[in-house]
Amino acid sequence: MTTATVDERLLRTSLWRKLLARPELGAVMGAVAVFIFFSFAADSFLRMSSLSTVLYAASTLGIMAVPVALLMIGGEFDLSAGVLVTSSALASSMISYQLTANVWVGVFVSLLVTLAIGIFNGFMLTRTKLPSFIVTLGTFLMLTGLNLGLTKAISGTVQTKSIADMEGFSSARKVFASEISLGGVNFKITILWWLALVAFATWILLRTRWGNWIFAVGGNGDAARAVGVPVTKTRIGLYMAVAFGAWISGQHLLFSFSRVQSGEGVGNELIYIVAAVIGGCLITGGYGSAIGSAFGALIFGMVSKGIVFAEWNADWYKFFLGAMLLLATLLNHWVRKRAEATK
Amino acid sequence: MTDASPTSAEAPVPGEALVSLEDVSKYYGNIRALEGVSLEAHAGEVTCVLGDNGAGKSTLIKIIAGLHQHDAGTFRIEGEEVRLTKPREALDRGIATVYQDLAVVPLMPVWRNFFLGSEPTKGAGPFKRMDVEFMRRTTREELLRMGIDLRDVDQPIGTLSGGERQCVAIARAVYFGAKVLVLDEPTAALGVKQSGVVLKYVAAARDAGLGVVLITHNPHHAYLVGDRFVLLKRGTMAGSFLKADIELDELTRQMAGGSELEELSHELERAPEPLHLGGEPTDKA
Repeated sequence: MTTATVDERLLRTSLWRKLLARPELGAVMGAVAVFIFFSFAADSFLRMSSLSTVLYAASTLGIMAVPVALLMIGGEFDLSAGVLVTSSALASSMISYQLTANVWVGVFVSLLVTLAIGIFNGFMLTRTKLPSFIVTLGTFLMLTGLNLGLTKAISGTVQTKSIADMEGFSSARKVFASEISLGGVNFKITILWWLALVAFATWILLRTRWGNWIFAVGGNGDAARAVGVPVTKTRIGLYMAVAFGAWISGQHLLFSFSRVQSGEGVGNELIYIVAAVIGGCLITGGYGSAIGSAFGALIFGMVSKGIVFAEWNADWYKFFLGAMLLLATLLNHWVRKRAEATK
Repeated sequence: MTDASPTSAEAPVPGEALVSLEDVSKYYGNIRALEGVSLEAHAGEVTCVLGDNGAGKSTLIKIIAGLHQHDAGTFRIEGEEVRLTKPREALDRGIATVYQDLAVVPLMPVWRNFFLGSEPTKGAGPFKRMDVEFMRRTTREELLRMGIDLRDVDQPIGTLSGGERQCVAIARAVYFGAKVLVLDEPTAALGVKQSGVVLKYVAAARDAGLGVVLITHNPHHAYLVGDRFVLLKRGTMAGSFLKADIELDELTRQMAGGSELEELSHELERAPEPLHLGGEPTDKA
């Protein structure tokens, strides 16, 4: 093979290959299609205020979809991610209320508690070598019970007492649940958190050693271990990332409403996973992107709010998402086959 | 790497093995995986470990690579007795292992695979990042040196052929300054031509002064590049030879189980075709 023919082949296939090689491709195309669809289907969809609503819906989900996507690239699941958000909010609220302390004390203790639960998940997984599905299903059930049980035991009801009049509430609210006015339209601060997390996760994935290790651990854990990658640390770190996302989401939940419903969050873990999968993450690990998860979350936001703007029956929301999930998975499957074609 | 000068105090004793195992045994519960196995790997030599499936080759490799610990016997690296607890330790001591099936992460680009576990970084603190440009360029150069002209170092390594992937793994080990290269069945799943390519790199690594431990069940491949041969059978040593002491035919015979092979050849001899299938009793005998 001469150099000339090599170069010629490279030029001819470069753009197409590069596009195909992007895990986000499916999610971006899907997001554009959904956007165009609702632009025609709902008159109010293109207004700035609608955009703000859509982005808010996408961001609350996207904040969790980012670490869940990283975890999935690392080859694992976290079924406890949905209720962990509630646990984090409950911990923060109850600690502040019971100690009558500044709410920031609760916020930081909650961070430690939430990260500890993440470490527990990772530790159980790496120690027992059980599938993460089983380990985190266990954590999911335990947390669901703990959330309800502890809240009832302490407050007597299924929701916590309002902490709105407590010291530090307004400053914490600014950080986790305020609005930013932009051209006369209010945007929730969660959108900023979301974008920052996407950017940070993308940087980690594509430009740091940690990113290399995440891909490797999910793609072929044994090979990674054999060349000296700290596989256990990487896995535990990923569960801590999910816990960190849950902490931000939980604090947003708490400071938006000043009280927390202890039964919330169940079922959300699947939506995070769906957003990550639509975003191009392989369910078997080793492939995916944080930006993709953001587009996955954006599709969720557009569909859930678009259906409202179009004044349709909201029952169709889940049908639509199910169809998106199947399409995305088929596309991913095809990409993987292509990548491993000559194995 | 050059031969150690006898006047230098720190240089290893000439002829001292880079890796030596003496009477090494390994048990999994009450299963004897390996018992009383000895071998030596010297700089600039290829030590071949031959054996059938289940002979204990993988166990042996895992002990040298630090994935498992031996239960008895001594394991020395450059004269120092060791007990490795993780692959990182083996790597830090200059032992690089290339596995047949888990050498690479198929979905990751070639350049990410090449540097996996030893990524070069630049910048400091929160801005510490992989030196991607350097990684891409070096991968391309190192592979070119081994004769692999890649169209695109960004392609997933799973798109390379089996032989090319082995070569990437070998190039990686050489690049990272391994003193000992352990190869687990590098030619097992390859065709004749691809096997030849891989053996060429084995020889290249040997000539670069590395000690190579080549695990294989193919005596023909082993005899082409090997200097020492260790035969394993059901977890024990069935023989240990220098190249000068053994011919290919004898190696093949020993490897195939000698008398067992003769027995098998009798069993496989064509039986006379039965009459009810239209066979003529006089034709075949």
